Amino acid sequence: MKAYRTGGNVRWTRAVAAGVGAALLVLTVGCAPGVGTTETTAPASPRASVNIDPTSMGNVTLTIWDQEVRGGQNDEITELNKQFQAKYPNIKLDRHAQSFEDLQKTGRLVLTGPDAPDVIEANNSRSQMGAFVTAGQLVSLDPYAEAYGWKDRFPQSVLRLSSYSTNGKAFGSGSLFGLPQVGEVVGFYYNRAKLSKLGLSVPQTWADLEQQLKTIKTAGETPLVLGNLEKWPAIHVFGPLQGAHTPADEITNLALGNPGGDWTDQTNLAAATELQDWVKAGYLNSDLNGAAYDDVVAKFGKGTGVYFLGGSWNTPTVDAALKGDVGFIAPPPVEASAGPSTTGGTSLPFAVTSASKNPDAAAAYINFITSDDAMKVIAAKGNLPVLHASELAPASGVGKEVYAAYELVTTKGHLLPYLDYATPTFSDTLGAALQDLIAAKKTPAEFGAALQKDYGDFIKG
Amino acid sequence: MATSSRAEPRPSRLARQRRASREGRSAATPYLYIAPAFLLYAAFLLFPLVRAAQFSLYAWDTVSPAKFVGFGNYVKMFNDPDLLGSFGHSAILILFYAVLPICLGLVVAAILNRAQVRGLGFFRTVIFLPQVIAMVVVAVAWTRLYSTDGSINALLRILGLGDLARAWLGDYTFALPAVGLIGTWVETGLVTILLLAGMGRTSRDLYEAARLDGAGPVAEFFAITLPAVRGEIVVAATLTVVAALKNFDVIYMTTRGGPGTSTAVPSYQVYNQAFGLGQVGMATTIGVTLALLIFGINLVLNRLGDQAVED
Repeated sequence: MKAYRTGGNVRWTRAVAAGVGAALLVLTVGCAPGVGTTETTAPASPRASVNIDPTSMGNVTLTIWDQEVRGGQNDEITELNKQFQAKYPNIKLDRHAQSFEDLQKTGRLVLTGPDAPDVIEANNSRSQMGAFVTAGQLVSLDPYAEAYGWKDRFPQSVLRLSSYSTNGKAFGSGSLFGLPQVGEVVGFYYNRAKLSKLGLSVPQTWADLEQQLKTIKTAGETPLVLGNLEKWPAIHVFGPLQGAHTPADEITNLALGNPGGDWTDQTNLAAATELQDWVKAGYLNSDLNGAAYDDVVAKFGKGTGVYFLGGSWNTPTVDAALKGDVGFIAPPPVEASAGPSTTGGTSLPFAVTSASKNPDAAAAYINFITSDDAMKVIAAKGNLPVLHASELAPASGVGKEVYAAYELVTTKGHLLPYLDYATPTFSDTLGAALQDLIAAKKTPAEFGAALQKDYGDFIKG
Repeated sequence: MATSSRAEPRPSRLARQRRASREGRSAATPYLYIAPAFLLYAAFLLFPLVRAAQFSLYAWDTVSPAKFVGFGNYVKMFNDPDLLGSFGHSAILILFYAVLPICLGLVVAAILNRAQVRGLGFFRTVIFLPQVIAMVVVAVAWTRLYSTDGSINALLRILGLGDLARAWLGDYTFALPAVGLIGTWVETGLVTILLLAGMGRTSRDLYEAARLDGAGPVAEFFAITLPAVRGEIVVAATLTVVAALKNFDVIYMTTRGGPGTSTAVPSYQVYNQAFGLGQVGMATTIGVTLALLIFGINLVLNRLGDQAVED
């Protein structure tokens, strides 16, 4: 009896186990990840004719995913949406706003799903826009650029940052896939009171700057402050340094992950060496790698350090903290007559998805929120507009200097793309390598070799 | 008794058959009982596990169709010094998350148990408190303690050891131990409470007998307390080792794997590969490897535990 029961149990166990195993196999095999979700491949060939009259598009609803959630950005887009709605009541806007980090993570997923939005803000980088273009999930905006005259509205230096070849291989050329609203530039914020107390004025050349750092250090102040616990902030220090040593064309190739650059050449070696020398000479705060970015921005606001090298988005914070006693300059050029070269770019470009049923309406929306009138709204709400910065600048204060620096860099100098656009893994590689370089765990040559491996492998592959 | 056995009729052939068939039915019954729970378990745990294992055989960036690469991701992982290094960091964290708390917990529990302090409940609560606080809060608090102007550096300066002051989480040598100590602080409470429960069960007579034989507190500890709580130590070791290997929140909140890659751990790599770099294949590869590792370590620990109980 006992034996019989046990036998029965074993049979049952086997049957159940086999059944469950088979069920799991059926569920998994045959549905490889990603298959079945990307039926919309093959970028729709550019349409011969496009409709640019929104009133004639009938009643449509546009779903928009953006990340303009912070103060001035949210104000600006809310106002523009209201104006668009008033002008074109037949096009209903359905806005979904979320933070930058959230959009980075959900954007990849929503585009492949059935509820893909019509318009999405896609980061210019190869890991976002590049991947979407490769997978055929964004519409080429070339016909609209032609029809709306976007190529006259925007300078080429801005357009190239959202241009890819249709197979996603080349970045910075090919078809246009998005348009941005806001400009960004990395430069030196300076503590006005401290600089004048040291008897210094704003440096005119790179050599002036190097001399000043030394003077400030000798006087017992911290010349330059940065919090690099998060790894990415040092990218914004290395960018301007590299701009002073390496030709702009080469930096652009390196930053966009296109062939034609070499991280191990003499110019990049010189930039890395200078950064390490600055750290060794004590030009930067000694807790650099262990201090959080926002904490150090706050300290700078309370009077620590003379210079802070960071992006223009820090303006409201430091201006409020230092009560207007702060200035901003683009990194000084090597030759006084030349324009400055520094890291910068635009906010995330708005793009049209292949899944959109109303690409004409989507393009009309993007046209509206990047128009000359829109730039006025963007500036009025306290943002740095990507176009007409000098005309729309505030009358005084650090805001005026930020607009002037942006205008100077985009018209006379070189706005160098963010270096982490280069490859899908580059922000990791560069962030870790910079911390190593700063802590003298890597020599400048080893630093270059680590970056060249990532960049070189990507170019080859 | 012989009469009663004779009085009981032998079961007829029919009855035997009926009983057999009833037992045939009842063989299925247990499975029907566990079916609802099992189906949930299968849908939310087994299925994702099998899917993850399957994903690890593909190169997939979440937007393009996946490419089958066999064990390519595994080969790549074992050849990537940074990814392998993160498993090494986990091994060091086990020291801080499991070994150190168990040693400290044994001492603290033995003292609390022996001393019969007044307000034992209060001390138990205080020691257990770190377990109750959300790890994110713990991490933020410790980040401030470790910062350049944090309390730890302030203390060092007061003691005249200002030369030792540094940004602990940004230091290549000290970042990993610094993160590990957060774990020690959190896990010691849990371990102490577990051990206290075990020690409370030990009969007072044993201690009295030992004392009559002339044993001091130390001899008492090794002769009676330690063997008595072997089971609890195994449970504590299992829980803390798993916590050390799964550590993500503290790393994410304090160092993000930095400086360089000196505090990167497998769980952080899983997150970063999947959501930061969009390499889901590699992320699941690391995840599967980590799961197998945890499974293996627990198997060994449980074997040891069974032996301890049998002894």
